[in-house]
Amino acid sequence: MAARIAITTRIKSSSSFLLGSRSMSSWWGNVNPAPKDPILGVTEAFLADPSPDKVNVGVGAYRDDNGKPVVLDCVREAERRVAGNLNMEYLPMGGSNKMVDETLKLAYGEDSDLIKDKRIAAIQALSGTGACRIFADFQKRFSPDSQIYIPAPTWSNHHNIWRDADVPQRTFHYYHPETKGLDFASLMDDVKNAPNGSFFLLHACAHNPTGVDPTVEQWKEISYQFKVKGHFAFFDMAYQGFASGDPERDAKSIRIFLEDGHLIGCSQSYAKNMGLYGQRVGCLSLVCEDEKQAVAVKSQLQQLARPMYSNPPVHGALIVSIILGDPDLKKLWLKEVKGMADRIIGMRTSLRENIEKLGSPLSWEHITNQIGMFCYSGMTPEQVDRLTKEFHIYMTRNGRISMAGVTSGNVEYLAKAIHEVTKAA
Amino acid sequence: MNSSSSSSSSPADRRLSILSRHLARTIDRDQGITISASPTSSVFADVLRAPEDPILGVTVAYNKDPSPVKLNLGVGAYRTEEGKPLVLSVVREAEKQLVNDCSRVKEYLPIVGLADFNKLSAKLILGADSPAILGNLVATVQCLSGTGSLRVGAEFLARHYYQHTIYIPNPTWGNHVKIFNLAGLTVKTYRYYDPLTRGLNIQGLLDDLGSAPSGAIVLLHACAHNPTGVDPTLEQWEQIRKMIRSKSLLPFFDSAYQGFASGSLEQDAQSVRMFAGDGGECFIAQSYAKNMGLYGERVGALSIVCRTADVATRVESQLKLVIRPMYSSPPIHGASIVSTILKDRNLYQQWTLELKVMAGRIITMRKHLFDALRARETPGDWNHIIKQIGMFTFTGLNTKQVAFMTREYHIYMTFDGRISMAGLSSRTVPHLADAIHAAVTTVV
Repeated sequence: MAARIAITTRIKSSSSFLLGSRSMSSWWGNVNPAPKDPILGVTEAFLADPSPDKVNVGVGAYRDDNGKPVVLDCVREAERRVAGNLNMEYLPMGGSNKMVDETLKLAYGEDSDLIKDKRIAAIQALSGTGACRIFADFQKRFSPDSQIYIPAPTWSNHHNIWRDADVPQRTFHYYHPETKGLDFASLMDDVKNAPNGSFFLLHACAHNPTGVDPTVEQWKEISYQFKVKGHFAFFDMAYQGFASGDPERDAKSIRIFLEDGHLIGCSQSYAKNMGLYGQRVGCLSLVCEDEKQAVAVKSQLQQLARPMYSNPPVHGALIVSIILGDPDLKKLWLKEVKGMADRIIGMRTSLRENIEKLGSPLSWEHITNQIGMFCYSGMTPEQVDRLTKEFHIYMTRNGRISMAGVTSGNVEYLAKAIHEVTKAA
Repeated sequence: MNSSSSSSSSPADRRLSILSRHLARTIDRDQGITISASPTSSVFADVLRAPEDPILGVTVAYNKDPSPVKLNLGVGAYRTEEGKPLVLSVVREAEKQLVNDCSRVKEYLPIVGLADFNKLSAKLILGADSPAILGNLVATVQCLSGTGSLRVGAEFLARHYYQHTIYIPNPTWGNHVKIFNLAGLTVKTYRYYDPLTRGLNIQGLLDDLGSAPSGAIVLLHACAHNPTGVDPTLEQWEQIRKMIRSKSLLPFFDSAYQGFASGSLEQDAQSVRMFAGDGGECFIAQSYAKNMGLYGERVGALSIVCRTADVATRVESQLKLVIRPMYSSPPIHGASIVSTILKDRNLYQQWTLELKVMAGRIITMRKHLFDALRARETPGDWNHIIKQIGMFTFTGLNTKQVAFMTREYHIYMTFDGRISMAGLSSRTVPHLADAIHAAVTTVV
């Protein structure tokens, strides 16, 4: 009897304790709903749209001419070789050495002396985002008084990355809205006026979102001025091979800087050029004075990776290593990359011709002048909103069109819609 | 396609004028005026080489050792009786299914990861009938294994929680401190391991949590405490829960060994379910590295149990803002494997069996080592080897003894005396027992 009373009392008191805790409010009651990501939110909205005419030219993921995502043949083959055959042990903190070695060759050249002399500190990173973030954290830790100069405009996530790394940011002139090309004079002014030894973020090729790249001559001038000012160049190369179809050509800006003796930093991504988007494969590299410094710098990069994710994912790295390490697969890859780039270049021509055919009063030559996955159409946010509301066409509100989403099946419809919303302008 | 230049001079002229100005400045320098830094000297010239990671560095050292009798008891990665890494057969099966499915693509996952995976992971740790899940109170995001889940959770707390102090057990996994520091939290410790009993210092634990400021975050190892292998009993967990809730402390579970500790997924989740079931809020970091052998694929999940579904939705949206500037979205491969296994009844069954085998082998190794030390009449009480649970044994050896064992017996372990039982086999137990015996009898 006493025991029963004791147990009942205990149950009562624990329930009232439970009731007590349930009547408290959440610790997160004042957490505001976050704004949707401007780029990834577009695809979410597209997916929710029931219209059969809908077109997604938002996120930069390649589509074939049927509007379908593509897994490259070289990737399928590499996956076949991987599946069921290998273990899934932890990679070292710096990732797969094999993958990193092959990746450096792509950026720095097959016969690069920097590679031979082991002067490059490099780690496998979580695609381009991860590479930029580790660099930003490294910059904060080892150049704590520095800031980063970012082109205006740029991929929106660049701002988030350096902000979360707590590195102050400024912009430099890049896009010229009047010409829809490069504002080279203002760019050079900004380079000259920045304090000596400033850090700059440069898009190696296929600038995102504008598709506007400096010419070779302009790159040479930029490089020279950087040398005069002692600036640090950090290249984000997310589209090597994807811009012109030729990876060597797309790396020209980097090679120019290397020839001039710059000690650059570089972020590389296989998301687009190998179609490995969701695998999150990339590389961060920093050119150092000598091998000893490269070892030190690499060890510090690893120190930043360890408390973020310990070591990078193995699967995508295996795919890259297998493809780049096998001459036949590598050849196949180069062919497939060129195929993707060529289709996009073809769609640029087609889109421009279709709009011009409709008698648009505006100039659309920027569609074919620009390069890479994106076209900066020059449309206003209001015009973009109309495209979405009236025509179910989805793109980011800065007027950026992902050409990879354009197909021979939708190019006419897209041209018509663009003409509709811009003809009164 | 050259952009128009407002200057009338040619590029060559401009470059000559830049050069001459540069030379003029160089002459100025000789008169004591500083010029811009030469671009051939690195901005990172003063960067020092970082020390090796204390845990991962063990494998690095092990790999360098040419001895044929070397033994790696450092990092917690499961090995078979033959000393080989193991890919679970369910994982192989799932991989084959994925590869043969030509409709699969490699598109970006959403920022929060694979939806199926997230739901199934929450169910796995909380139980399918968990009121928190049924009430949509849980925000779950796919992250990069345990490390990534902890980091994302910590970053969220640093941004949205009013208390920026986290209490971690002494001792704990070496990477915990770095993760929380980099996320912007202040780290304090609470007593946990009692070196005298080689068990839990429950009173010290309760006293330290009792004197923590209201609302402080508390890191709890869900099971198979790393590095000690010492877990609270269920009764002790209840005491801990009461203390935490009475002080309004915020529990943050690190669940890296569900299924691996006892062999039972349900049993190993009891501590977490106790907290998730009492109506309060908590954080849970899950890892599939060990229990599914997916180490290098970096698969994990962060679940935040909230009081209302509305709060959970808002919390998820804010988690995205942490993730996007870190790596945009998580890797697809490992999560697809987990999802395939968890949603297929047969594969799931098979998995539970393989888990029991792995956990069972480790428990056997504990017994073998304990017996071997007893047979050698090695001085000391070695009962903790069979009382501790999970992948690791906290031997109680000191750093000198550890160094001795590495030097003389080529045995690699972390300097705190932690050995990974998963790295042992019946064949290598005698060698380890010899080494421990020698260390304990010759090195103090």
